[in-house]
Amino acid sequence: MSTKPTIKQQSLTSHRVNRIVPSGIRKFFDLLASIEGVISLGVGEPDFTTPWHIREAAIYSLEKGYTMYTSNLGMPELRQELSRYLKDNYNLEYNPDGELLITVGVSEALDLAMRAILDPGDEVIMPDPHYVSYDACVILAGGTPIMVPTNEENNFEISAADIEARITDKTKAILIGYPANPTGAVMSRDKLIQIAEVARRHKLLVISDEIYAKLVYGVEHTCLAALPEMKESTILLGGFSKTFAMTGWRIGYTAAPREITAAMTKIHQYTLLCAPIMGQVAAIEALKSGEASTAEMVEEYNRRRLVIVKGLNDIGLPCFEPRGAFYAFPSIKGTGMNSEEFAERLLIEEKVAVVPGVAFGQCGEGYVRCCYATSLVDIEEALSRMKRFVNKHKKES
Amino acid sequence: MLKDILKILENDAHATTKQISTMTGAPSDEVAKAIKQAEKDRTILKYKTIINWEKVGDEQVWALIEVRVTPQRDVGFDSIAERIYRFPQARTVYLVSGTYDLLVLITGKTMHEVADFVAQKLAPIEGVQGTVTHFVLKRYKEDGEILEGKEEVKRQPVTL
Ligand SMILES: Cc1ncc(COP(=O)(O)O)c(C=O)c1O
Repeated sequence: MSTKPTIKQQSLTSHRVNRIVPSGIRKFFDLLASIEGVISLGVGEPDFTTPWHIREAAIYSLEKGYTMYTSNLGMPELRQELSRYLKDNYNLEYNPDGELLITVGVSEALDLAMRAILDPGDEVIMPDPHYVSYDACVILAGGTPIMVPTNEENNFEISAADIEARITDKTKAILIGYPANPTGAVMSRDKLIQIAEVARRHKLLVISDEIYAKLVYGVEHTCLAALPEMKESTILLGGFSKTFAMTGWRIGYTAAPREITAAMTKIHQYTLLCAPIMGQVAAIEALKSGEASTAEMVEEYNRRRLVIVKGLNDIGLPCFEPRGAFYAFPSIKGTGMNSEEFAERLLIEEKVAVVPGVAFGQCGEGYVRCCYATSLVDIEEALSRMKRFVNKHKKES
Repeated sequence: MLKDILKILENDAHATTKQISTMTGAPSDEVAKAIKQAEKDRTILKYKTIINWEKVGDEQVWALIEVRVTPQRDVGFDSIAERIYRFPQARTVYLVSGTYDLLVLITGKTMHEVADFVAQKLAPIEGVQGTVTHFVLKRYKEDGEILEGKEEVKRQPVTL
């Protein structure tokens, strides 16, 4: 019998992959690449190059011949430094041998965490809007993402009560990421404590993506794992990309209980083997003496943050005050356009790239994400172009 | 707040009161007042520009002069330093530790002019024991600014 008909009926790719869609941010970058003179508030990465002392350490390591694989867990010195860093910052004690794992960015860490803990059908509760990888990683691991709407009125903080209302017997974990991409929201300590209580009561794991932990303005970041009794049920994810302007080095980490770390290490060892050694060497230097560079970048981000938030409010795009990360998330509801339309027309008519809020979930509709990790000169120019755009469309309607 | 204002101005003397007010979150009139006060008490000395004169074909000669000095009773190095820094040719004057005492940065139109200044004005000052002149061959970085080949942002188009 011919097998042809069956092959035709089947998709070449798995159901699992078919369930996820390409990142909504992508479309705009294809379009963007074809237009000249665009000011991009789109890319979610620092415009600073990695501080020189960090680059220099990596160059030196290449000269000395550090070009090999490392331990699956990551270089012992890096795990040691990381352990010290978590102790210094949050008074958290993680054993460098067995509770810390160096990953290829928080991107890999997210994937590992999901694959390590989920069985088919398990549910993971997360805020909407959220970073684009969150639901995709859950789906790829066979799980089901469950959205908790968050909104501007509640500072885009996810509430414990809303989480609790969505807990079923299939719920395995809560996934949060504060300071948040795309909103710039920071969770208050009190609200985090409430979430921790819900997690404990229902015996849920919490995956906390704290990649923006150091980028906060006038508020304190609370590390979820550092809350009473939370270390045992938290998978803490952290990275170097944002804190030290090291996106291209691809280094992140997980800090988690031994059993979970062992499970994640199994996946990591078979799929990645280890994180790149050059990035790990750079990360050691970053942890040892990167604090001053970070502080300088944070000061500069803060100035830009104040300029962009005021600027957006002034031109009639009301903007929630972001207290962390490097994103402003203004409402565009007053323009009568949806977020994709707004972003596309703004790009074509005024050559400013922003990301439509809907790329981050249904609750992101009505907003656009503007990344202010770009020079003040560009921010000011972008604002004046956006002003023209908003005024023009006000008159039209 | 004053420190925040000063940091912004140190990096960009052009920044307007309004811009600074936005960047610091302080009201415009308070920013203006703080700047006025800082100018008055000479916290802010002057607003200047870093210029790469070579771009307009103006060759300038720069020299760093090490000066060894006999300190004087009661005033130490200060009075000799003053005699030197009063010359407009002396762009920068520091008292330093180590094998010499004063470090003086001189600029002039020609090497000759600089050499003459050292020989005729600086070296003969009473109390100056000796000088060593280093002519600057190339300026790479000036007051925190890289003069040429400054790195540009090399962001790639990415999709996340
Ligand atoms: C919230 C959040 N988590 C994770 C990442 C991925 O970071 P990494 O470069 O460490 O993979 C990003 C990058 O934009 C992010 O915004």
